[in-house]
Amino acid sequence: MADTPDTAAAEAPVPAPLTPFEVLAAEAAALPRVLSSKVDVGEIEIRTDRDSLLGLMTVLKDDPRFAFEQVMDICGVDWPANPERFEVVYNLLSVSLNHRIRVIVTTDGVAPVPSVSHLWAVATWWEREAWDLFGIPFSGQPDLRRILTDYGFVGHPMRKDFPLTGYTEVRYDEERKQVVYEPVKLVQDFRRFDFISPWEGMTNLPGDEKAHREG
Amino acid sequence: MSETVTGTVPEHTIVNPETKIIEIDSHALNFGPQHPAAHGVLRLILEMDGEVVDRADPHVGLLHRGTEKLMEYRTYLQNTPYFDRLDYVSPMAQEQCYVMAIEKLLGIAVPERAEWIRTLFAEITRILNHLLNITSFALDVGATTPSLWGYEVREQLMEFYEAASGARMHANYIRPGGVNRDLPAGLEERMLAWCDTFPTFVDDMEGLLTGNRIWKQRTVDIGVVTAEEALNWGFSGPNLRASGVPWDLRRAQPYSKYSEVEFDIPVARHGDCYDRYLVRVQEMRESLKIIRQCLAKMKPGPVRIADNKFTPPKRGEMKRSMEALIHHFKLFTEGFHVPAGTTYTAVESPKGEFGVYLVADGTNKPYRCKIRPTGFAHLQAMDKMAKGHMLADAVSIIGSIDLVFGEIDR
Repeated sequence: MADTPDTAAAEAPVPAPLTPFEVLAAEAAALPRVLSSKVDVGEIEIRTDRDSLLGLMTVLKDDPRFAFEQVMDICGVDWPANPERFEVVYNLLSVSLNHRIRVIVTTDGVAPVPSVSHLWAVATWWEREAWDLFGIPFSGQPDLRRILTDYGFVGHPMRKDFPLTGYTEVRYDEERKQVVYEPVKLVQDFRRFDFISPWEGMTNLPGDEKAHREG
Repeated sequence: MSETVTGTVPEHTIVNPETKIIEIDSHALNFGPQHPAAHGVLRLILEMDGEVVDRADPHVGLLHRGTEKLMEYRTYLQNTPYFDRLDYVSPMAQEQCYVMAIEKLLGIAVPERAEWIRTLFAEITRILNHLLNITSFALDVGATTPSLWGYEVREQLMEFYEAASGARMHANYIRPGGVNRDLPAGLEERMLAWCDTFPTFVDDMEGLLTGNRIWKQRTVDIGVVTAEEALNWGFSGPNLRASGVPWDLRRAQPYSKYSEVEFDIPVARHGDCYDRYLVRVQEMRESLKIIRQCLAKMKPGPVRIADNKFTPPKRGEMKRSMEALIHHFKLFTEGFHVPAGTTYTAVESPKGEFGVYLVADGTNKPYRCKIRPTGFAHLQAMDKMAKGHMLADAVSIIGSIDLVFGEIDR
């Protein structure tokens, strides 16, 4: 870690004086174990892999150049088409240096993501939430109970393949004098409108193979 | 157990032979989900050692409505009302955050007047929120009068909400590209007149609480959080400032018109329940300053951008122009498409940092919208804050960290 500032300074272009934001973006991108980085709409985003996450997070928290004292948010994002479908997104904030960064790791839902709860105490509930809603396991997290869903809930509702209506519904049964769980019965199917323009959406009209032919 | 207790009481102090030594058993106490001091549907499992809290385990999610999931099935415009229903005590602050995230991805700038109106209502919302929090906190601790007085003032502020948006609480007023409509004639004068009456109310309320002996007995040195702990536990807003961290997004990362108004950021030092109360009282006075400046600096002008791809055309125009009619129809059925991109946008909501992590995939619906609730982090520290305090102090702590479950449970 000790030689990183030097290499970052050597690689950064010298001519124009950099703003603190650009310096941070360059320094974060030059950190070891960062797979990729980008700056979009004024926000820095870096990606790393699961094994390097803890080391990277420790640097981001303890290195005085970054000093991210707070993890404001940890959340999951589901991309079912990707080989590792889940993204775990950490939004960090430095109160002393007034900057933010976003760190992203991916997982397939089986391989656990190392927990950062010993770095930031607040991470426990954010990780419980990601586990509850997406089924992302966190290793080293002592308290991985469900948090937002019902007691005894089955499934992970924020996954893209979990239907909006869910599988069970709850009602009070007057005869049995208790709350009962039943499979969802809908009198009408949930309607989801297709808003893709016909000029863009239909790609399988006769003769289209000529238009979409490669090369 | 009984031996150890006898050991601590010397023999000669037991003068009355009928004094019994009882074994103090640790037991679990189910606090809520229907408890008047739980501020909604909080279920708190308290492991007690006598009357002392040993461990507090909050169970949240009893008000979980799946807002984030629902948002993935609705257009960007249809999603704004959900934000009123998260923290229903400070609706517009959250609308503002969501709308700012959309505007960031769309790359559109908002007219001057709309920004002033947003700032104005963000501060009205702050007073609205703090009024309810402080007075209901006092109610939990046993003081009834502040809450009765506070509701009257809250109602006056809700009238401003109603005048601007048509709804007392669920405003849906701040829209991508500006605000829904201009302030009605005469509202600015009414607000100015209200500004003159409000300091008297704050003084009266402070007269009931700030120096009150019982109030201090119940709040001073209760639930102390140091600055380091507050950062570690993800605190933000008044709770963080009460612990001595001078951090306010309105100053550090200014949005809307906060860079053009003057205000102070109250910071306290001890991080106990009393300091959290003091910070909020002082913030109301600062908000009043900002409201006055907004009203003074606001100039007539458009309140939303003219691009009908994002904002609806005028009603009159729709009756005459075919193009306007088509735009209106398209906007309220299909909605606008947001180019692919991600943003984490945060505002200083009355409770702290309210954030929206928005992932857009180029369609008319958010691919993922994570809402960063403020109270979620604060409630998590409940165990840390309540440990070693009496049961009644747990009520004070819940009151002082300003929880609303619409937001925590989403």
